[in-house]
Amino acid sequence: MGGALKVSSDSWQKEVLEAEGPVLVDFWASWCGPCMMIAPIVEEMATEYAGKLKVVKLNTDENPDIASRYKIMGIPTLIFFKDGTIADQIVGAVPKTQLKAKIDSLLIAKQ
Amino acid sequence: MSEKYDVAIIGGGPAGLTAGLYTSRAGIKSLLIEKGVPGGLMAATYWIENYPGFDEGISGLDLSKKMEKQARRFGLDLRTGSIDDIRINGKEKVLISDNGTEISTKAVIIATGSDPKKLNVEGEERLRGKGVSYCATCDGAFFRDKKVAVIGGGNSALQEAIFLTRFAEEIFIVHRRDTLRATKINQEKAFSESKIKFIWDSVVEKIEGNETLSSIRLKNLRSKESENLRVDGIFIYIGSSPNTEFLRGLVKLDYYRFIITDEKMATSVPGIYAAGDVRANDLKQIVTAAGDGAIAALSAERYIEENFRQD
Repeated sequence: MGGALKVSSDSWQKEVLEAEGPVLVDFWASWCGPCMMIAPIVEEMATEYAGKLKVVKLNTDENPDIASRYKIMGIPTLIFFKDGTIADQIVGAVPKTQLKAKIDSLLIAKQ
Repeated sequence: MSEKYDVAIIGGGPAGLTAGLYTSRAGIKSLLIEKGVPGGLMAATYWIENYPGFDEGISGLDLSKKMEKQARRFGLDLRTGSIDDIRINGKEKVLISDNGTEISTKAVIIATGSDPKKLNVEGEERLRGKGVSYCATCDGAFFRDKKVAVIGGGNSALQEAIFLTRFAEEIFIVHRRDTLRATKINQEKAFSESKIKFIWDSVVEKIEGNETLSSIRLKNLRSKESENLRVDGIFIYIGSSPNTEFLRGLVKLDYYRFIITDEKMATSVPGIYAAGDVRANDLKQIVTAAGDGAIAALSAERYIEENFRQD
């Protein structure tokens, strides 16, 4: 159950920009060690916040158009989208507690 | 509720994983707590050419996975989490984790490593991920046909600059002295790369850019003059700072806050050992971290035998 949904350039519009409710996107690539470090934490968030926050991941290597549209120049980058626009972002690997605090504050702000 | 272990290892880089391999294999009930993913800084290294046994080299991520698998094979208990505090309770040590769990243990091995040091200049934090990077392996591909600066004069700075020649059009190595600390082999490689240029005796004063990085202001320490260098990215390799804040002065640290140990990896507190990059030593290498881990494991094993015989 759960898990972060893999999105691409093709599904970006539908899965992220037109999604109902907040979306967390994990921008990553296979050669990036810190991305591997936070991947399991991002997966946990998908399960923990199921129904409240949609969690997806985008491979910047396979989808360079999306990466350049959002001026991604460093990974991992986590971007929170609300109604198709950027609400907040985190650059670099962060501990689980810090990510959770950010998610909680964003979810509260929404209400 | 408090869990009980014989040895608790904090940090799962090469030092911690080797310590865990040795203690588990010796039949000691061992727990390793890692805040990210096993491997630590090693996992973020693109290619490792100087770890013995891998004659063709190996990726940092693969070597990390192998070390983890090997340690688990002997029963090492490995989990994700971070430790906020260590308390001394008679002969035992109690580790307080970030989710409030208490782990009581007979011996502790600290292998929390170090993180890349920051420049602490204006624009560094704001433009992180928008041109400011501490990981060429991760972010190099975003700078295809662009100009970048690499800050530092050590082995990491030169190796990463050489790695960046795959992508970037021009690379400026900015160093505050006029000689390099890096080894001869790295210096020769860097000097022979036509894409790499050196800017000597200079430091970064400021990082500029609106949405993304557009230039850095450099100050020449000899002429005292400042100038702007137009680059799209800056990769910072000026050394590392140890992850020792959580110890809150429990064990003796050196001036740079690295842990001081003897040759048995013992810290100033009996039963607490340190291994790898977090320790005050000259060589920050995977092979020496692994060596430290093995020594710390053996010392912890002896300490338990001598102090907990009746248990």
